[in-house]
Amino acid sequence: MTVLEATSVTKRFGGLVAVNDVSLTVSEGEVVGLIGPNGAGKTTFFNCLTGMETPTSGRVTFRGTPLRGRPDLILKAGVARTFQNIRLFPNMTAVENVIVGRHARTSAGVLSAIGRGPRYRREERESEEVARDLLAFVGLGHVRNELAKSLPYGDQRRLEIARALATEPGLLLLDEPTAGMNPNETAAAVSLVKKIQGRGIAVVLIEHDMRFVFGLCDRVAVLVQGEKLLEGTPAEVQSDERVIAAYLGKPPEDAGPKEKKK
Amino acid sequence: MSRDLSPKSLLGVAGAVATAVACFLPWSLYAGFPGKMLNTGFPGGARMYVLLLALAAGAVLLLDPPGRVRGLRAASVWALVISLLTALLIGYAGGGLGNVAAGAWIAVAGSAALTASAYLLDASSDRDRRVWSLPDADWRMPAEIVITLAMAGLALYVFVVGLGIPTSNVASGPDHTFRDAISLNDVTNGSEFLAFLFGIIGLFLVAGRIGLTASLGAITQRRRPALVTGATLAAIAFPFTQDGSPYALRIAASIGVFAAAAVGLNVVVGLAGLLDLGYIAFFGVGAYFAAIYSGSTTSPIHVHLPFFLVIVLGALVAAVFGFVLGAPTLRLRGDYLAIVTLGFGEIFRISVNNLDGQSGPSLTNGPNGISNIPDLGLPGGFSFGDNHHLFGVPLPFQANYFFLEIVLVAAVMVAFLRLSDSRIGRAWVAIREDELAAAATGINTTRLKLLAFGLGATLAGAAGTVDAHVVKVAAPDSFTFIESTLLLAAVILGGMGTVPGALLGASVVYLLPEQLRFLHDLRLLVFGLVLILMMRLRPEGLVPSKRRQREFRERDDKSGALDPPPGAHA
Ligand SMILES: Nc1ncnc2c1ncn2[C@@H]1O[C@H](COP(=O)(O)OP(=O)(O)OP(=O)(O)O)[C@@H](O)[C@H]1O
Ligand SMILES: [Mg+2]
Repeated sequence: MTVLEATSVTKRFGGLVAVNDVSLTVSEGEVVGLIGPNGAGKTTFFNCLTGMETPTSGRVTFRGTPLRGRPDLILKAGVARTFQNIRLFPNMTAVENVIVGRHARTSAGVLSAIGRGPRYRREERESEEVARDLLAFVGLGHVRNELAKSLPYGDQRRLEIARALATEPGLLLLDEPTAGMNPNETAAAVSLVKKIQGRGIAVVLIEHDMRFVFGLCDRVAVLVQGEKLLEGTPAEVQSDERVIAAYLGKPPEDAGPKEKKK
Repeated sequence: MSRDLSPKSLLGVAGAVATAVACFLPWSLYAGFPGKMLNTGFPGGARMYVLLLALAAGAVLLLDPPGRVRGLRAASVWALVISLLTALLIGYAGGGLGNVAAGAWIAVAGSAALTASAYLLDASSDRDRRVWSLPDADWRMPAEIVITLAMAGLALYVFVVGLGIPTSNVASGPDHTFRDAISLNDVTNGSEFLAFLFGIIGLFLVAGRIGLTASLGAITQRRRPALVTGATLAAIAFPFTQDGSPYALRIAASIGVFAAAAVGLNVVVGLAGLLDLGYIAFFGVGAYFAAIYSGSTTSPIHVHLPFFLVIVLGALVAAVFGFVLGAPTLRLRGDYLAIVTLGFGEIFRISVNNLDGQSGPSLTNGPNGISNIPDLGLPGGFSFGDNHHLFGVPLPFQANYFFLEIVLVAAVMVAFLRLSDSRIGRAWVAIREDELAAAATGINTTRLKLLAFGLGATLAGAAGTVDAHVVKVAAPDSFTFIESTLLLAAVILGGMGTVPGALLGASVVYLLPEQLRFLHDLRLLVFGLVLILMMRLRPEGLVPSKRRQREFRERDDKSGALDPPPGAHA
């Protein structure tokens, strides 16, 4: 069954066409890679999917219903994301960050927060349990009460994933989940994505680490200068001349994790 | 613990002893200087604060706590400032330095030696501040409870002393006109209060630098029920300390209203991070609503609603204003809100000035405002206008309003505390931390910001309805931009996002200008300087939230990798 269907998404910034007529379909439980050189429009495409940017044209549906408008509505529909340059709530603890992720799935309002009835207390307890479980799930159980900003880089990325998972998504968009990670952390990230897939959540991930992408993804789409160059299995993409050319003639096996310029 | 007996330290010890002894000797050779400076024996007035600072300095020197030298510096400098200022004023008021007794000079010399020692010692050898705790024994819990209760008592004591210090000799004379030039005579009259102020600042700094504040804070945090009980008892006890005098009660009741409004503003500023520069207007809406329906003869509407209804309706009307104003503006980013609220504050003031039946509908009685607001009553014939006697202590009628205040402040506090630790409060903090990430995490940012704004307005409205009855008048002059600024100052000074902070901030911001009246025109200048000084020394506020404290303390040593580079896109 199709989870996400993006049809001819285009995004212009003035004269610059950042995303040009890109279509992508993601099925239930699938892991799809999105690769391409710097500035290809990958992040912008994510922004169009999640309501951070309004596409100039095109159509996005999630489980058959069109996605339009505000980020919080899209999240509520079931599309969660992480950010290329991590955006946690720096002065909240790890567990608080994840509990905030429960916002869309809980309902306490001002009056019930002041009244603190049994229903409110149950909901709070459930949120805390979910957050604790998710922190353990991503391997951060031991830093529950640390401030987000005091965590090491790799942990911050995992915390962001835990926060996204707390929103109970059907589709998770990961923007460069291994950027800045060491090889050990990257290996842990591979198994984490597999575990997420095991929960029945479809994943689309942007990555520059080719080993990571080709080892993990069911399908890979290549974006170059805003356009989708091709899409196929890792094997197909890996051997395609045009992809190699797009990456400055380097064979993709050697591309390795690319240091990002900020 | 290696005791430091270097010459530099010994100089300090000698200075501390000399200063302390000097505090028991007369400081002036004539009677009449504030603080009974002629007496020998247990010190009063300025001498008491110098004594406390000298004792603190000596203790810090000998006990060698973390932050020893920096704590010593705070104690010695303020002891020197107070003793020197007092000595000079005694000389001035007595007609020459010959009237200053030896005690004062010994204190000046002693605290100068202390200061010299503090600055000769090397502050870089200080160990880092840390949070102390009591040993893990059976008596730990009761001891912590006693400490917590004692803190509440101490707060009451400081408050009563600060309010009770006379700052003017012309007790029953006409009010100063603030155009009068300030004279040294005025400063003399106020010298005891200045000594109190400097003494408190000094002691507070010492406690902060050696980690005592943090430790006591941690203890009171752990003993929340004791803290609540202690604070409530202290507040209830306050009217009984006044010996039937209404002056301090009136001020305390006003502080209460002010504090309630500050807590409300804290929702908007401290939790949601929205800058509201016209907050007093929502307060004014509540006040005018209460005044108009109070049955006052000067109200153009001759309807008298019961007070309980007035609180609720006044708060709701203010909420409506909040939502109407917030809905279009909160969609915008950043500072638009500040500017729009600033404008709204002015529009409100100008409107109530003109709704007098001539330039607009008759509603507010124009510049004169609605005055003669009758006293509140309770069913059963209790009137808030009656004086009472309780436990043999005369309680002027102002005490009734003071107790009403306590109820209001308590209600607002409970609402704030419960909200801040809830789904809604966390969403506000998330928005403050990173609005885009909050939206991407499923928070309807516009709606939640509007909620914070509207709720702040609601609380202000409720506080305003009470205020109208406390001061018995609602007039345009009470709702000016400066009032909004002062509320904001109270929130920031006290520590954003905390209730004790808002209470403390409100007390300081309200009390200082009140007690600094002896400075006439200069009082606002001095008030401003004190605020700047406090923010310089303690940028996170007097009682910061844990989150804020970390924010400010850690900003110094590089911020984490979390701050996105400027202009970075998602
Ligand atoms: N808000 C914006 N306004 C103007 N131009 C933008 C904006 N966001 C992105 N762009 C431009 O759109 C193009 C695509 O950027 P995008 O961030 O989507 O690339 P990317 O594929 O994610 O690159 P990278 O691998 O470096 O993250 C770039 O040229 C970028 O400068
Ligand atoms: Mg990108």
